[in-house]
Amino acid sequence: MPRNYIARRIAKEFKDGMYVNLGIGIPTESANYIPEGTRVFLQTENGGLMFGPKPKRGESNPDIANAGAEPITMLPGGAVFDVATSFAMIRGGHIDMTVVGALEVDETGSIASWKIPGKLLTGMGGAMDLLYGCKRVVVAMTHTDKHGNPKIRKKCTLPLTAAGVVDMIITDKAVFRVAKDGLYLEELAPGITVAEIEQLTEGTILNIIEWEHIEIT
Amino acid sequence: MAVQITTAEAVKKIVDQSSVMIGGFLGAAVPLKMIDEIAAAGVKNLTVISIGAGYRGGGVDVGKLVLNHQIIKYVTSHVGTDPNLIKQIVGEEVELELSPMGTFVERVRAGGAGLGAVVTPVGMGTEVEAMAQKITVDGKPYLLFKPIRADVAVIKAYRADPLGNLQYQGMSNTNPIMATAADIVIAEVDEIVEIGEIACEQVGTPGIFVDYIVQGHRYEERKTIYEEMWIATNKL
Repeated sequence: MPRNYIARRIAKEFKDGMYVNLGIGIPTESANYIPEGTRVFLQTENGGLMFGPKPKRGESNPDIANAGAEPITMLPGGAVFDVATSFAMIRGGHIDMTVVGALEVDETGSIASWKIPGKLLTGMGGAMDLLYGCKRVVVAMTHTDKHGNPKIRKKCTLPLTAAGVVDMIITDKAVFRVAKDGLYLEELAPGITVAEIEQLTEGTILNIIEWEHIEIT
Repeated sequence: MAVQITTAEAVKKIVDQSSVMIGGFLGAAVPLKMIDEIAAAGVKNLTVISIGAGYRGGGVDVGKLVLNHQIIKYVTSHVGTDPNLIKQIVGEEVELELSPMGTFVERVRAGGAGLGAVVTPVGMGTEVEAMAQKITVDGKPYLLFKPIRADVAVIKAYRADPLGNLQYQGMSNTNPIMATAADIVIAEVDEIVEIGEIACEQVGTPGIFVDYIVQGHRYEERKTIYEEMWIATNKL
């Protein structure tokens, strides 16, 4: 349930006419829930704009793939291009929104998603370019790690992918806006209490008193 | 101007300690036949320059060179798809040179275009600062990266004509950029056609950049190879 909830909630951020790059995993799944009547242009950093669902067997094209080298289709009106052009779109500020996963996010909008010293070595891929260049950065992740530790921190403890870039955090438990002065709780997922969010969030929630007030009344 | 040769002849351009750029993107649009030839030739201590490692799980395409322990240095932006490569990096058998993907691409472009450096804000405030030189332009901080070139680039295109003009189909990804950035450029293609069959506006890489053309798998064969790989990994 939580995974599907996050993907559906991400989809509410799609606005008509947006150019969007979705990270692998839950962000990519959110494309299944784009609201009817909303046209979203999906970009893939290996060089495609306006791609569609995966093809049927027998209809794939070995040269039409997403950034994970998985088969996709191109929609009518779509375009393919080289990776320098792709990153001109990304770094040059032409993409309206990116949705990415994260290991940690902090109250200053910094994000850690590419490295755990001594444990995880993958390289940053296109993540740093996307986080720097896209106009709006949405992080989608579980609220806590598999041990139940908060992933929304006062300050990221892991190596950063980018500093001070995150605009919104969507988890399985809540939605936060990340403003210049810090974190604001915007929504609670169904069945989640303010007390739970306070306990499972290390970063300071600037409007928590208002939420507590709402809950009491 | 290009010369058509066999993959067996082409692989001789790559020797021990060569730096080799390999086009493609995590297994997609890679020069499959040439990679097989490099694996079979057994050349060692290669510096491989590629935007990412091979297809997820490792052991296929560029991953074959990893399994053969032919690589001494990997210049890239992402190795997460190949557990064998990660093991060799952690074991210090392979040296890793990372840069963010967009920066990697621009470094290769700079190498091919005669530029002296890439200056970018991406990576500021992260560990990437230690991988570059910091400079200030108009009061703003940037990271300066050096260009990347290779002894040999092995790239993949759809069709070639005898002049070396290349046509791409689908995502050309890193191939047209790498075509500019090596001393010797070998293009593996699905089809070799007569001069004029690739109309001038269809040329993705002009022949001036290409030295050798080799016949790769034909399109239908390649389609079968990828469908089988995608079905086996539950992606299709």
